[in-house]
Amino acid sequence: MGVILLYLIPIMAGIPLIGAILIFLNHNAKTRGYTIYATVVAMMISALALMITWIQDGSNTWYLYTQTEWMDKAMQAFEILLMVFIVYMCFKYKRRWISLLAILQTGLTLWVEYTIPLVESTHTQVDSLALLMCIICAFIGGLIGIYSVGYMKSYHENHKGVLDRSSTFLALIFVFMSAMFGLVLSSNLIWMYFFWEITSVISFLLIGYTKTEEAITNSFRALWMNLFGGFGFAVAIWLCAMWNHSVQLNEIVASANPMIIGMLALAGLTKSAQLPFSTWLFGAMVAPTPSSALLHSATMVKAGVYLLIRLAPALNGSLCGTIVSFIGGFTFIMTSLMAIAQNDAKKVLAFSTISNLGLIVACAGIGVEQTVWAAIFLMIFHSSSKSMLFEAVGATENSIGSRDIENMHGLILRLPKLAYVMGIGIAGMYLAPFGMLISKWVALKAFVDSGNVLLVICIAFGSASTMFYWTKWLGKLIAMHKPRVPDRDVTRKDEYFSMAVLCAITISLCLLFPLLAGYVVNPIVLSLFGATTDVLSMSELTTMVIMVCSVLIVPAMMFLVTRMAPRDIVPTYMNGINVGDNSHFTDSFGQSKKLHLSNWYLRFEFGRRRLLKPSQILAASVLIVTFAVLLGGVLS
Amino acid sequence: MTRVLSLILYLILAPFVGAFLDGIDRKITARMQGRKGPPIWQPFYDLFKLFSKQMIAVNSVQLLLNCSYLIFLAVAGGMVFFGTDILMSLFILSTADMFLILAASSDSSPYSNIGASREMMQMMSYEPMTLLIAVGFYLATGSFRVDEIIAQETCAFWMMPGLFVGFILIMAIKLRKSPFDLSTSHHAHQEVVKGITTEMSGPTLAIMEIGEYYEKMLLLAVVALFFIDSSIISWILGIVLCLGVYFLEILIDNVCARVNWHKLLDICWLITLLCGGINILILMLI
Amino acid sequence: MDRLKKSPWMLHYDASSCNGCDIEVLACTMPRFDIERFGIINTGNPFHADILLITGGVNAQSAQVVKQIYSQMPNPKVVVAVGICACTGGVFKDCYNILGGIDTVIPVDVYVPGCAARPQSIIDGVLKAVDILEKKKEAQTHE
Repeated sequence: MGVILLYLIPIMAGIPLIGAILIFLNHNAKTRGYTIYATVVAMMISALALMITWIQDGSNTWYLYTQTEWMDKAMQAFEILLMVFIVYMCFKYKRRWISLLAILQTGLTLWVEYTIPLVESTHTQVDSLALLMCIICAFIGGLIGIYSVGYMKSYHENHKGVLDRSSTFLALIFVFMSAMFGLVLSSNLIWMYFFWEITSVISFLLIGYTKTEEAITNSFRALWMNLFGGFGFAVAIWLCAMWNHSVQLNEIVASANPMIIGMLALAGLTKSAQLPFSTWLFGAMVAPTPSSALLHSATMVKAGVYLLIRLAPALNGSLCGTIVSFIGGFTFIMTSLMAIAQNDAKKVLAFSTISNLGLIVACAGIGVEQTVWAAIFLMIFHSSSKSMLFEAVGATENSIGSRDIENMHGLILRLPKLAYVMGIGIAGMYLAPFGMLISKWVALKAFVDSGNVLLVICIAFGSASTMFYWTKWLGKLIAMHKPRVPDRDVTRKDEYFSMAVLCAITISLCLLFPLLAGYVVNPIVLSLFGATTDVLSMSELTTMVIMVCSVLIVPAMMFLVTRMAPRDIVPTYMNGINVGDNSHFTDSFGQSKKLHLSNWYLRFEFGRRRLLKPSQILAASVLIVTFAVLLGGVLS
Repeated sequence: MTRVLSLILYLILAPFVGAFLDGIDRKITARMQGRKGPPIWQPFYDLFKLFSKQMIAVNSVQLLLNCSYLIFLAVAGGMVFFGTDILMSLFILSTADMFLILAASSDSSPYSNIGASREMMQMMSYEPMTLLIAVGFYLATGSFRVDEIIAQETCAFWMMPGLFVGFILIMAIKLRKSPFDLSTSHHAHQEVVKGITTEMSGPTLAIMEIGEYYEKMLLLAVVALFFIDSSIISWILGIVLCLGVYFLEILIDNVCARVNWHKLLDICWLITLLCGGINILILMLI
Repeated sequence: MDRLKKSPWMLHYDASSCNGCDIEVLACTMPRFDIERFGIINTGNPFHADILLITGGVNAQSAQVVKQIYSQMPNPKVVVAVGICACTGGVFKDCYNILGGIDTVIPVDVYVPGCAARPQSIIDGVLKAVDILEKKKEAQTHE
């Protein structure tokens, strides 16, 4: 390896950081925008460069940076700073008990670092999974960064009451990406923990951006839940150091100590917002959309999932694995049921995010090659489709002033471009034969093979309810209904650019499915397990690609065919009292009255009020029992 | 070669056989109700008439979505008759159904929207069972592929009786039979103004009906799949039992009163859990 | 070409009937008369219907409805006026709100008089309408 390699990683993590500083200092919206574009491009190039050098080097795992005295000291200092900051915020907003979590875990890690001697080892690891995460983060995160430039302008035009701190917000997004790079490239728990904490704190700041009462409450909820997971992380570090004198992730996975794995899995579960920790994620929807898109599609929640996938070989067949897969499956079904009762588009996206993460977590918990294969696919497709959906919803909100799905009636005629983006995103999320569904199929097959009947049932019911809430949303979008007052599309060019690229990525990912399987996912599974099986045979994969093409082509072909068919347009049937515009009817007084159409939300059956508490209690008790058992195992 | 032949036969004959079965259905139903009933070829007359009618529409996309519905149903059925993956075929079936729902929601018409919502509810009710049936075939025969399922020594039915009961239930939903004909009904023509098909007229409606015939043949093929093994007799048995199941559906149709969506969901999910879940559990344990 | 003849679907609309004729129309669908043996279906939806069967005279409120429903039916289509009120306005002819028979708003092809019209005559009227439907179709294709 040349010397240049040693600098590639700091460069990649440093670019967003430097960008963030420039963005923070720059208050001129125009130049700030250019800075962001430049940063994003640089970030993408550096990620690509890292990948290409890695491939040219023979695609072997790199372990780098053994001597990092100086960096460790800086990290410790920064951790203390973070702790002080959290304590300050907790006292300022009178949530003092949360500061305890921060003090405890920072104290614990510092104490471990100074008292327990550790075997000298590397701090960074570059392998295919880490690189995949980097690419997802750089490209999808970067596109979200581009999107946020235009979005924040429109946002502040529509929300006059909110103090304009765009530069802070935009800077934080880039710091977040930097931390994310650090997180996925760390091979050492202490480093990973450092970046883990940064993501927790930044998500807290992003969620609390508007500083309304609701935003503050929700941001502190996110903070304490993530700190709780971080505390689990710190405990895991302590145990590792005490028992093994090593905090290398690989060694932990190899040794598979149930208590340590359990603690790390707890951290993963909180970060990926599984039950009972789901509330922070849908609380996070108060933040401006770019942060939701970034946190919930490409980065933050993926960090939790990433950790669990790393742990997957150790989870296989163990108590922890069973519990993690149970929690995942349970979250999948419960949150997809709860999503039915939501009419706020972002809430629907939040619930669907949690439920998809649940599926990934369940896959990771089973921890065999096929499930991890499915998990990685789900992760890839989820990132691209979900970020696109978030962006489209945010842009729609800026244009029509609402993100209620009911108000998106007939969006295909009102804001056609956004409606198409949303439609492609939704199709990508659940329709056969797009990526998510194929991954679900693989997951189902893998669950059956591993003999887990509970998860099979979870996936069967969960995908039924998933279908319900997406279809009714799609139905709203496609209603051919011309409004009396046309809507003005205020979406800016960079927002459209970002969405268009994401669209292209989503579709091409589906079309390139076999290549993706062969060149990306199989090597990752190989590196994690030392073996890989083709979960889907090549003929199945090609069938799927043909299916994707047909799904795209059939409606287009039909469009051409049916366009030629002569037809007379008549008003819709409303018992003969349609006023003529399909949206008003004559009432019994001879006056015209507006027709309101609404979807089914089934709030009494599937509402959060009915389902959330019981499922939280169940999941929490399962976790408590598990940890009691694990603790018993340690003490005896 | 046989596979290609069966695919071609399916694509060509399914609408005819489906319509013929529909004619028999209407005749039997009429007799059960003490009526004389229409001629057996009535569905063909209906289709010919619908195609000869003027093309009126409430918007420009409904026809397009209906055509997509038809094509996807043909594809889904074709996959079964060609002997490929049954799970994929059932997924495509749901996609096809989604196009019908979109066709119904594509106009802001109150009745077809009610129909669309109810259709979604029906979809949510039967979807878990369809997945479990595919899983059941996989566990019982070791493959999702239809050509391997029918090449077994013993038929799959003995391994999955619970799933078979569940399939009869969801077939009633799919064939729009009482008590589950919420979104649109073959008998109660005025109820919610024919629900999901309210705004479809002439050729558009005909396309949707042809789609339903394809779907019917696909469902009957799945019924046969439960019974077919490598022996020739099982094929005859399978066809006879298909007709038996079809008669059973007609009987259920005529003796049951419609349930509301709440009951529909409860019944379906409960039976899916009980029959399907336990059956799958047993299959996994043995 | 007897496509239409074998599958006429009808739509029954009550313009302002006293329900006498309506009950007779329903009686046609019952087992005793069973109009489905002719392939006739009582659809209840103008988009599916070929025959518009109207009972009762047209009043101020129903005139618009009749026109709209008629416009929503695909060609070829025929109208059958069932009962004397639908034919001419009947005993209500001189009421302040009655415009008269159905033919005051839309063209009527078959008149079935009677108060109330008997099921036999209704079926007879519908079958006559089917023949007219066929002729209309031919005229349409010749155009």
